[in-house]
Amino acid sequence: MLRFIVRRLIQVVPTLLLLSLLLFAWLRSLPGGPAAALLGDKATPEKIAQLNTVLGLDQPVPVQYVRFLGRAVTGDFGNSLITGEPVTTEIARALPATIELSIAALLLAVLLGIPLGYVAARYRGRPLDTTTVIATLVGVAVPVFFLGYLLKQFFAVDLGWFPPSGRQAVGIDATHVTGFAVLDGLLTREFDASWDALVHLVLPAIALATIPLAVIVRITRASVLDVMGSDFVRTANSKGLAPRIVRERHVLRNALLPVSTTIGLQTGLLLAGAVLTEKVFVWGGLGTLLAQAIERRDYPRLQAVVLLGALVYVIVNLLVDLSYAIIDPRVRVR
Amino acid sequence: MTSPRGSLRPRPPTLLDRRRRRVDELAEASGRSLTADAFQRLRRNPVAIVGAVIVGLFVLVSILAPWIAPHDAATAFPELQRTLRPDSIPGAQPGFPLGSDQNGRDFFSRMILASRQTLLVGVFATLIGLVFGVLIGALAGAFGGWVDTVLMRVTDVLLSIPSLLLAISIAALTAKPSQTTVIIAVALVSVPVFARLLRGAMLAQRESDHVLAATSLGVKRRAIVLRHMLPNAMGPVIVQATLTLATSILDAAALSFLGLGDGDPARAEWGLMLANAQAYLDVRPALAFWPAIAIILVALGFTLLGEALREALDPKGRR
Amino acid sequence: MTALLEVEDLRVAFTRRGEPDTVAVDGVSFDVKPGEIVGLVGESGCGKSVTSLAVMRLLPERGNRVTGSIRMDGEDLLALSDSAMRERRGRDLSMIFQDPLSSLNPVIPVGLQVTEVLTRHRGMKKHAARREAAELLDRVGIPDPTRRLDSYPHQMSGGMRQRALIAIALACTPRLLIADEPTTALDVTIQAQILDLLEQLVAETGTALVMITHDLGVVAGLCDRVNVLYAGRIVERADRHELFRAPRHPYTHGLLGSIPRLDGPPGEELAAIRGSVNDNLPWAAPEGGACAFTPRCPRALDVCGEVTPLAERAGTRLLRCHNPVPVAEGAA
Repeated sequence: MLRFIVRRLIQVVPTLLLLSLLLFAWLRSLPGGPAAALLGDKATPEKIAQLNTVLGLDQPVPVQYVRFLGRAVTGDFGNSLITGEPVTTEIARALPATIELSIAALLLAVLLGIPLGYVAARYRGRPLDTTTVIATLVGVAVPVFFLGYLLKQFFAVDLGWFPPSGRQAVGIDATHVTGFAVLDGLLTREFDASWDALVHLVLPAIALATIPLAVIVRITRASVLDVMGSDFVRTANSKGLAPRIVRERHVLRNALLPVSTTIGLQTGLLLAGAVLTEKVFVWGGLGTLLAQAIERRDYPRLQAVVLLGALVYVIVNLLVDLSYAIIDPRVRVR
Repeated sequence: MTSPRGSLRPRPPTLLDRRRRRVDELAEASGRSLTADAFQRLRRNPVAIVGAVIVGLFVLVSILAPWIAPHDAATAFPELQRTLRPDSIPGAQPGFPLGSDQNGRDFFSRMILASRQTLLVGVFATLIGLVFGVLIGALAGAFGGWVDTVLMRVTDVLLSIPSLLLAISIAALTAKPSQTTVIIAVALVSVPVFARLLRGAMLAQRESDHVLAATSLGVKRRAIVLRHMLPNAMGPVIVQATLTLATSILDAAALSFLGLGDGDPARAEWGLMLANAQAYLDVRPALAFWPAIAIILVALGFTLLGEALREALDPKGRR
Repeated sequence: MTALLEVEDLRVAFTRRGEPDTVAVDGVSFDVKPGEIVGLVGESGCGKSVTSLAVMRLLPERGNRVTGSIRMDGEDLLALSDSAMRERRGRDLSMIFQDPLSSLNPVIPVGLQVTEVLTRHRGMKKHAARREAAELLDRVGIPDPTRRLDSYPHQMSGGMRQRALIAIALACTPRLLIADEPTTALDVTIQAQILDLLEQLVAETGTALVMITHDLGVVAGLCDRVNVLYAGRIVERADRHELFRAPRHPYTHGLLGSIPRLDGPPGEELAAIRGSVNDNLPWAAPEGGACAFTPRCPRALDVCGEVTPLAERAGTRLLRCHNPVPVAEGAA
């Protein structure tokens, strides 16, 4: 098992290297380079040359790349062009907000998606199933940001049930320990702060969870249907086992294998969706950081956030593969 | 003792002949070609019909758009602008069935004309992704060896970035966002998907008996790849392309929302209109709702069609 | 002796919306006495597996219509409630399936798959069930049974998996065991071992066995009585010796003729049955009946394509044929 983990971890390194190289090459292949992109309409040859010197872009490209790598290894991705702060510091500050939102969305998607998919499979062809399937198809067709605005407009602005934006109400004086607002409130026993953070979390989490939820429901449904028709479930029934045991021990355990892989793949969607959702709800996490970087062409920040996104994605999928190996004994031999 | 077979066999009666013909017909029907069979099952699948109707209407409207739309997409009308305020956008009135947009242009005409641009973005993004993906996948799958290793390594890296994040970083790094950059960004994201898919299908084909048979008959490699492997590997690619049409349109809308969309204010495209309408959601929500509904419907149409195609082309589903 | 299992006029139709029903089992009747081994023989698609699944009530409720009666100890299984049927499955009657790999749950240890029957029907506690499971594995000839309890199916050989399935099926010493092609997925050498094991175990426990197979060799060595199925109907039934000595139905005759014999004359040609089940005529059709086997039958007469042959009894034999093979010829 350990060897499996180490081997997979080592495989991550060339992936990230190649990715950084691609991003780097893409940046430099732009007409006029990043300086021109940064200056936009104001670009004049003098200004570009000036900015290139400031950014160290007058050096040969391989030298630049080696330099970038050398610094990246030590966790230095340069300074943000917007704030002048080290990108790493910015990211560290924004990360908990995004993680909190993503976990909430993922929990929502998994805890709702698996039972819903199971129930749909069990009542296959009935109205409940048909409705669920249609809902999941519509769910993936709705643009995330539009759904966010809809939720915000209806539940926050019109009904006033939830706050329209932000992570915590301005009036709340919360102590920050970990940066996870809900957790901080629990740790410092400021339960009102915790509750307030939770209320703020509801709408963004729903918006972000919609697509993963739809996908998980559909995969679970297909997988359960597949397993229910399998020979070993027939064997289980031929033993006269109680329906609950057949369901939990035989159907669900096998049906969840493909679902777990899907959950790993969904984290990619979550990261991308977070960019859109955070913009709608002014969430102040990585997505906001990235959206700003896009608007202002802050490429050191952009590069770092994208690399981090890829890293998280790869690691989550590694974890999923590991959990797969725990549920499915057949994987261990390989 | 002689064999009873043949000699004892009486001449089959006419009734039997008739029945046997019926059996033959049945057998023929069950041995239809894969394509004909898939089409047959598509026609009977309500999901496919709904998807095809939506997609068909969409394509029809986009073709006929200049004739349907009463005005063009760029002209601002004084009669609409007269009552246009930041906190009130004029609604339906004679000559303008859906009222004004935020700039005093005819919203209805823009909705209709936008179908073209949206279709254009979706189709071109998918086509570019498809062509490059298929090229890479076919090269890797046909040759194997180091070609395969290098191409797939790069593909894996691209796949390891969440797709929208990749599109964002590509689009964000260009100096001036335009329709072209949006299309390229969205297309590049689907290249690795198509490449992987085709390579997998080609590899499976390479091991298959009919390719082995062709090889043993001395058929040239190029002919084998073009005539035997590619056509048989295209099924899943077509399904994926249909689904990609839906995601491309959604991704393009997301890029517009992040300010990475087409910078041309005269051009009407649903994603762009939806993104720009967010600022007027409490003034005139219809500006967001109409493009949103259009996008949802079109994405749904392509998804339904793709899912139905997948089901129809899956040989396991043949019964 | 009264029968343990009486299947009467069993009919199973697959129903699909928008399509006419497909009749898989078309009025099958047979019985099984306590401790008896009865064969159901026929080629794929003849309805033998569907019959066994119908007896176990394991056919999916959707898309199937089962009529007729299946009585065990005089009680109609088709009339039982789902939970009453579940009480009997695995305890009074159980089943062994064709593919031992796919018939075992891949993600839980074999031991648990044995003990769950014991805890369910024999009310055993965890440790007692585990001890009993090890004993069962030992009885079916699995070496090192205690260690094997923790093995997963993929860690066992095909023969061992089938032994494990037999152990599961016999865990509660049911009075009826249905074996659906239990040796088809196995190597030839293993096949013989498994058949021997089955024969020995049913003899020890007094369990009646319904053996479902397409392989007349299996029937010859094992069964007391044989039912030959064709296109969902029983076309011939006889005691084992009688059937092999004088097959009367041309289909049975053909099946026997297509088995190579070591004691046959050198250069003897094997007689294959022409065509396939796809050529079948419907037993009953709007414009009159027929014998389904007619298009493939070497002895077909005009009447075979026009009138449905009835099942006729002669002694212990049942025969459904207009033009049966004469006794002398069949004895060749």
